[in-house]
Amino acid sequence: MEKVDVTLTVNNKKYDLKVDSDERLLDTLRERLKFTGVKEGCSIGECGACTVILDKKAVNSCMVYTFQVDGSEVLTVEGLEMNGKLDPLQEAFIDFQAVQCGFCTPGMLMSTKALLMDNPTPTREEIKTAIEGNLCRCTGYQQILDAVESAAKVSRSGEDV
Amino acid sequence: MEFAHVNKSEKRVDVYEKVTGKAKYGADMKFPDMLYAEVLHTEYPYAKIVSIDTSKAEKMPGVEAVITAEDIPNNEFGVIIENQQVLAKKKALYIGDGVAIVAARTPKQAKKAVEAIEVEYEELKGVFDPLKSREAGSQLVHDDLENNEVIHHPLRKGDVNEGFKNSDVILEREYSTPFIEQSYIEPEAVIAVPYQENSTVTVYGSVQNPFATQNAVATVLKEDLNKIRIVQNHMGGSFGGKDEVVSSMAARASVLALKTEKPIKMVNTRDQSIRESYKRHPYNMKYKIGANKDGKIQAMEIEAVADSGAYACQTPFVTWRSVVQATGPYEVENVKTDTYGYYTNNVYTGAMRGYGSPQVIFAQESLMDELAEELDMDPIELRMKNIYHNDSVTASGQKLDSHEVSLEEVLTKAVEKSNYVEKYKKYSKEQTGSKKRGIGFAISFRGCSLGAEAIDAAGIILSLKKDGSVSLYSGLAENGQGLKTVYCQMAAEKLGIETNKVNFMQIDTLISPDSGSTVASRATLIGGNAVMKAAENLIDKIKEYIAEKFEQKKEDIKLKNGSIYGKKDVEIMTLKEMASKAAMEGIYLTTYGWYVSPDISWDEETGHGNPYFTYVYGCQVAEVEVDTYTGEIDVINMTAAHDVGRAINPANVKGQIFGGVSMGLGYGIMEEVETDQGYIKSTNFDEYLIPTVKDMPDIDPIIVENPDPNGPFGAKSIGEPTLELGAAAISNAVANATKKRIRSLPLKLEKIIVGKDLTKGGEK
Repeated sequence: MEKVDVTLTVNNKKYDLKVDSDERLLDTLRERLKFTGVKEGCSIGECGACTVILDKKAVNSCMVYTFQVDGSEVLTVEGLEMNGKLDPLQEAFIDFQAVQCGFCTPGMLMSTKALLMDNPTPTREEIKTAIEGNLCRCTGYQQILDAVESAAKVSRSGEDV
Repeated sequence: MEFAHVNKSEKRVDVYEKVTGKAKYGADMKFPDMLYAEVLHTEYPYAKIVSIDTSKAEKMPGVEAVITAEDIPNNEFGVIIENQQVLAKKKALYIGDGVAIVAARTPKQAKKAVEAIEVEYEELKGVFDPLKSREAGSQLVHDDLENNEVIHHPLRKGDVNEGFKNSDVILEREYSTPFIEQSYIEPEAVIAVPYQENSTVTVYGSVQNPFATQNAVATVLKEDLNKIRIVQNHMGGSFGGKDEVVSSMAARASVLALKTEKPIKMVNTRDQSIRESYKRHPYNMKYKIGANKDGKIQAMEIEAVADSGAYACQTPFVTWRSVVQATGPYEVENVKTDTYGYYTNNVYTGAMRGYGSPQVIFAQESLMDELAEELDMDPIELRMKNIYHNDSVTASGQKLDSHEVSLEEVLTKAVEKSNYVEKYKKYSKEQTGSKKRGIGFAISFRGCSLGAEAIDAAGIILSLKKDGSVSLYSGLAENGQGLKTVYCQMAAEKLGIETNKVNFMQIDTLISPDSGSTVASRATLIGGNAVMKAAENLIDKIKEYIAEKFEQKKEDIKLKNGSIYGKKDVEIMTLKEMASKAAMEGIYLTTYGWYVSPDISWDEETGHGNPYFTYVYGCQVAEVEVDTYTGEIDVINMTAAHDVGRAINPANVKGQIFGGVSMGLGYGIMEEVETDQGYIKSTNFDEYLIPTVKDMPDIDPIIVENPDPNGPFGAKSIGEPTLELGAAAISNAVANATKKRIRSLPLKLEKIIVGKDLTKGGEK
């Protein structure tokens, strides 16, 4: 199989890679770079478990070929905790019991992180739209919505200071 | 009663690794020299396997082994009836049966090699409808059996003919429900490692029931149980679904691991998962009910037929729970119930959250609303005239006198909170416009734990370390529901330490106490009682030590705030100091807690007995808006009141309610695994739709607490009760809105508009 040179910045670290031409970003992250926090649930872009932030947008990494995103910046769930400090979203997911089995959690966090980066003051409806493509079978979504609403408030009050 | 940890919404003990991506699930693990296995599935739902030629596949690059049924030491396993094939031998019995498996160095090589396996099939005429497979002379699914019946559970109480004779109104109705996919977001994954840690094989992965899987692997390999190690820690949901299908994967991977002497990784794609894994049983149900003009039920006659698919799997137990719950939480003098399971060549059916109750609750709670309408009586009034109270006697003859029968309480709280009475009146009047609103509710009683299915016992080991921290070894597993947290909270409460000082160890079947399966909403109740016993035994050892060393009376010694207190509540030393001192003196501070549930009974011939030692009660109310032009149903609000005995972690209980309501909503209005002559038509989430955040209404959870004398801190069950009511409540709400009754799930668009299912040529 033909190999392609690709440079990716993942969680602020630069990687020079030789990838297969049919290699999905999901495989590069999970298998090559060992970011196994990125989950695979359906492989067709329906469940959102593989969501990562690619150049500031939330994407299903199962639907992206790695060679297509040469030079891009990727943020995975492993990159949310900075210098031993959890992201306000992670804190809120803990405080609001927004996690059960935890398999959808990385995708949920990345979809909502992308939302808050773009829109720090989302309505509940806007949060719903942001995670419409993230399936969760455990929580009925309610505590996830509460967590994201709260995290948005915390982030904003943090900025005000 | 004041608690330090229990009854508080403490943080989950496993949450940090889950929000940071550090939690390792089955597919995330790797081992040196690991091979990847890929299964070849049958081409036909029912076919004779004439020949299999693996020679080409064996020569493909990277391939290290190819196995067929011939290579499996013992090809049949099962928890109740051992007839599930690890790989199809003479015949493939359903479309998910595996025929051969390849192990290769990369997943791609394995996939390629699978395509090179040549199989000659002789397609056979299968049977795909349980109502046909029950007929005399039907094609047999299993050649060695006389007919296709898996099980028949009868129940007889009083005289139904007499009861119907004395009735003013008699209704006869038929209801049906579809195949449902558990839809855990993590597809099944296992890794079998040969000859590790004194085991013949160690299996890591998404295993719901490590001991059931250990049994299956031991049976298949013909190996001693003490050589089969199943390790389970994080799992991406299960809902009953990662039992036999994962046992089968574990057995397959183990055979390959021993053959190649290398670790074997096997991960299902979603399509493979839906094709291969068992589903919730579809039911066809005939209900006949007789009542007086004043609403008192005189008799109920029920026949329920479940599709077991190709294998027995859990059908005997699933249908048994249906028997107990079929008449609902109502006092009925005369009952005749017959519940059957039949083999077909459909995908096999097994455990899914609810386990035989959501089907009969949909039927019986629809029927109650239909009866209310027939009697021109308010649905609440009709139920109030018939529901169980303290000391009521159930259909099987059990007197409910061991706990608070709180049906009236949950019903009253849920209808009040949802403003049901006012809304029901309003929506029952003629509504203008195409969008009609409706409100409906459903109630249930549910036996906690396994009941008379099996011996019901569990064990816990607690080990106090010399630094005052505690290791907890459990045989019941964390599936995502929060069991680790609940056990740690209980142990911390008893030992007077912080919850984070207790560490729930990963399950290892060679170390953890065999406690049966994490099913039947039994973990908090049964395993929780084992935590209590282990903690009490540990406390006893600590008190004995302190009493002797410090001349204290045992009864004066208390453990709290991480310290040990003696007479007049004077602090003697911290638990840490004590543990360190005791360790140096050679005092052993590890204890076992073993709990066996109170006696229960069941007579298979008559359906009489005390099937469960306690019950939980619930009521859910649904409010809907139905677009009568498009058929679209919008569930606007749901209220869910559940008596849990005591909420060990209220936030977790609410999480169970939200999740259960969501699954019940899917069951009600959208979910169905469509099959056609044994082929599965919806094999991924683009066709099999489960509720997204936008499908979910606001949910009002009401936690009712009547502590149970047999529960740890009074706690009972919550996982399954939350799911069994939603579809019935929504169906009643839709009938209230449209003035039309739909008797089959899901309540799809065309059923609303034209009254029948267009894809199936119309229903009755």
